Amino acid sequence: MKRAAAHALWSHWRRHPGQALTLVLGLALATALWTGVQAINAEARASYARATAVLTQDAQTTLIARDGGTIPVATYVRLRRAGWQVAPVLEGTTRLAGRTVTLLGLDPLSGPVLPQTAPLGSGGIAPFIGPPGQLYAAPDTAAQLNGAVQPEIVVSDDLPPDHLIGDIALVARLLGRPDHLTRLVLAPAQATDLPPLDQIAPALIRADPAPGSDLAGLTDSFHLNLTAFAALAFAVGLFIVHSAIGLAFEQRRPMYRTLRALGLSARALTGLLALELLAVALMAGLLGVAMGYGIAAALLPDVAATLRGLYGAPARDSLGLRPGWIAAGLLMSLLGTVVAGGQALWRLHRLPILASAAPRAWRRASTKGLGWQGGLAGLLLLAAGLLTQTAAPPHLGSAFASLAAMMLGAALALPPLLAGLLALGTRLARGPVAQWFWADSQQQLPGLSLALMALLLALAANIGVSTMVGSFRTTFTGWLDQRLVADVYIDAGSPETAQAVLPALRQTATAILPRITTEARLNGHPGEVQLLSDDHSYRDHWPLLSPAAGVWEGLAEGRGALINEQLAYRSGLAPGDPVTLDGTALPILAIYSDYGNPRPQAIVGAATFAALFPDRAVQRYGLHMDPEDLPALRLDLEGRFGLRPDQIIDQASIKAASLRVFEQTFTVTAALNVLTLGVAGVAILTSLLTLASLRLPQIAPLWALGMTRARLGQLELLRAGVLALFTAILALPVGLALAWILLARVNVAAFGWRLPMVLFPGDWALLGGIAVLAALAAAAWPARRLATRPAADLLKVFASER
Amino acid sequence: MLLQVQSLTKTYPAAPGTDAARHVLSGVSLTLDAGETLALTGESGSGKSTLMTLIAGLDRPDSGQIRIEGADIAGWPDRRLAQMRRRQIGLIFQQFNLIPSLDVAANLAFQARLAGRFDQGWTAIVAQRLGLDGHLSLYPEQLSGGQQQRVAIGRALAARPALVLADEPTGNLDEATADRVIDLMLELVIDSGAGLLMVTHSSRLAARLGRRTHLSHGRLA
Repeated sequence: MKRAAAHALWSHWRRHPGQALTLVLGLALATALWTGVQAINAEARASYARATAVLTQDAQTTLIARDGGTIPVATYVRLRRAGWQVAPVLEGTTRLAGRTVTLLGLDPLSGPVLPQTAPLGSGGIAPFIGPPGQLYAAPDTAAQLNGAVQPEIVVSDDLPPDHLIGDIALVARLLGRPDHLTRLVLAPAQATDLPPLDQIAPALIRADPAPGSDLAGLTDSFHLNLTAFAALAFAVGLFIVHSAIGLAFEQRRPMYRTLRALGLSARALTGLLALELLAVALMAGLLGVAMGYGIAAALLPDVAATLRGLYGAPARDSLGLRPGWIAAGLLMSLLGTVVAGGQALWRLHRLPILASAAPRAWRRASTKGLGWQGGLAGLLLLAAGLLTQTAAPPHLGSAFASLAAMMLGAALALPPLLAGLLALGTRLARGPVAQWFWADSQQQLPGLSLALMALLLALAANIGVSTMVGSFRTTFTGWLDQRLVADVYIDAGSPETAQAVLPALRQTATAILPRITTEARLNGHPGEVQLLSDDHSYRDHWPLLSPAAGVWEGLAEGRGALINEQLAYRSGLAPGDPVTLDGTALPILAIYSDYGNPRPQAIVGAATFAALFPDRAVQRYGLHMDPEDLPALRLDLEGRFGLRPDQIIDQASIKAASLRVFEQTFTVTAALNVLTLGVAGVAILTSLLTLASLRLPQIAPLWALGMTRARLGQLELLRAGVLALFTAILALPVGLALAWILLARVNVAAFGWRLPMVLFPGDWALLGGIAVLAALAAAAWPARRLATRPAADLLKVFASER
Repeated sequence: MLLQVQSLTKTYPAAPGTDAARHVLSGVSLTLDAGETLALTGESGSGKSTLMTLIAGLDRPDSGQIRIEGADIAGWPDRRLAQMRRRQIGLIFQQFNLIPSLDVAANLAFQARLAGRFDQGWTAIVAQRLGLDGHLSLYPEQLSGGQQQRVAIGRALAARPALVLADEPTGNLDEATADRVIDLMLELVIDSGAGLLMVTHSSRLAARLGRRTHLSHGRLA
């Protein structure tokens, strides 16, 4: 009996292939976006894990130069002779075969200080240290470099891309830095009777593994943002699934009653339909995982570039198949089906045998439910408002919770608001067609609500994210103009060279601004202190968040310090409060914005800097000069003082590079935005297609009463456009609220800076236009089908009455 | 002559899996004058409803002529046929086919307004005579079957059509209600001066109309 019942039940899909396609496609799309993002996240995290495993000294205490520069080999030798267990590391970037790579030079003989240079184990140590030596690299990096550089490159799966590891002597030769080291890794166990560091190597300080340097932690917020977007896209996709399952269940109600009447138990019927849903979930899940792989493969290069550019995190461009996200994708597909189909199954389980299909009564119940829905929406929006206000400083969890509450509340509020607008339209309508149009739109609302809610979410996400990105871009561009006050930046590499080049600089530059940055503890947090000369270009342009009179005079006279916004948020500091820089307290004169820098930073005047860090010498300069003189200066500095091209950078190049990184950062977000909007478009199309067949009995009498099919088709098109327009208008405040939460709460919690919100009304109009066009495109097919529907189809409506 | 049907034929192509085409109407001819009422009877599948849909311009005959108020509608385009239905025809269906999103008042006025000849006074009279004046703000789903059919009759007659076509208008109603509905319909049709062509299975109801004709296997008896 069950087989016969199953055959009858599942014959529905054979008769309604479009609906079956809708269901599978909706679930597959939802799963695809989710899986795609999870695949990207998994690949990136695997890259971090590889990087951390190989470059394990990042997680150990190191000794670094106080001035942020290099460590002479002589200092290392002195430490070793004194009994300090340290291992030298030389790190630098260079171009090999046209590719910028990071070279990491290690001394494997320093073990057990560096026990985890894992990839080097297989070939033994001799070929690694002996001439000609070896370089280890990730497969894709090795494939590009092998043959193009000497010595031999050995493939290691454990290495991040664009990183090469070699013996320290070999790397020193490749980098052209034979006598300097980048840092010294400190072995965990040291003898107790060692001479103190400040006596034996006063130019060095200990650098603990700072939380800020942990790649996974640093990039967590980026991945969280991607996951939030994927969750949103998944939710939008589920609207399609819910709509398709709901309609299929409604259409099969008479069949359920018949099957029940013929002796099939409610339990058996529910079981058969659950089995059907399981099959759909697995089919759509597999399809979704395959599509997700495609999406991830397409987006991963941009994500990898973003992670490398913005966070310095090594990430691969190529995607591997990982059982984790494949299983997670299938699980999400199942979960989504349960969420989307659970209600229908429950209703079916409780369906009395004699219950009538009563679609109109269902609609009336929907209308009654609008009040409850509106109330729930109000509560959720209130909760969202409260959540944004409760945590100070903003907490990432509460910020995302408020985002979720707001989006869900707004989606639930849409149908009651649209119903109100359509009722107003009905009241104001003149003429029978207009009156019917508005009244009929009200009646169609329950069937279209889910698709419109999906559209609202997609539009709000678009408005919110584009406002955030636009605000970020405007602020960032302005901030770059403010921060990059010098025309040319010189990094001499060492204090000696810095002194040597000074006469040459004086001949060309109209002003020379010495730049020194040193590692320090700021209110207990590891960070950096920067010297800022008393120059009008800083006074005029520095991006102070709370400009006040006397700030620059105070800084020049050593009466206080400036701190970046990150430090202010992290330590809850405000102007006037004291900030401690390596134990010395100074009053805060002002706070400045410092986008893109995850670390705490403070700025002091020349006198204060000299007092706090007397042994730091200038190595870098900012120059005011005529950019036309740069080529000559470059030739002079490279020729006479051996400076490399990357040590002389003009302002335009820095700006261009920064903006390139910036644009890359949001490529993925933009792509996800478009995909989410696309899913919403599909949701509208599928809803309209499934409604189209149900609407025939409502449309046919109008045709019989004298309205042409073409006119009815046009009205269907108009209805989709009007509903999309209303939805777009209602999405605007939701999108702006979303942007505000992203800018004022999520960004602050994730990065420590708050961005001013900039509005782009032109973009809203464009997006509204796109939404209407998308809805018209989605409605075009069903409308055309109606306009060209054979009279015989419409006549069936009357004929089937007998 | 209000309606003149001459030598009308209609054949439907063979259904999938069958060989024979269905000859639904074969040379049907009939006439109807203004103010006249004609009952069309016949067994199921005899072609009654097809004849109605052809006269209403909802479908096209294979051959023959349909003249309404002297104009042959056979070659008219869809737009012209739709205009004719709005202005000259009042259609009443078995299933009422009211517009569920509009209340009774709007449903009653709908076709008249569509035809551009809405007369509030006449519509009020129609509503009052149909006993609907207390239900004008209700929606179709809130009415009984008899009430819904009265709204459908009112909708057709409020537009003052020249020709009323009623396809089994009481097929969904019990006998007593059907009698009341037919009484009201006949009263209003006669008062408005329209012609009425009504398809029915019921000989009893057919007998109440001025004339009756029987259709069997696509031919008039």
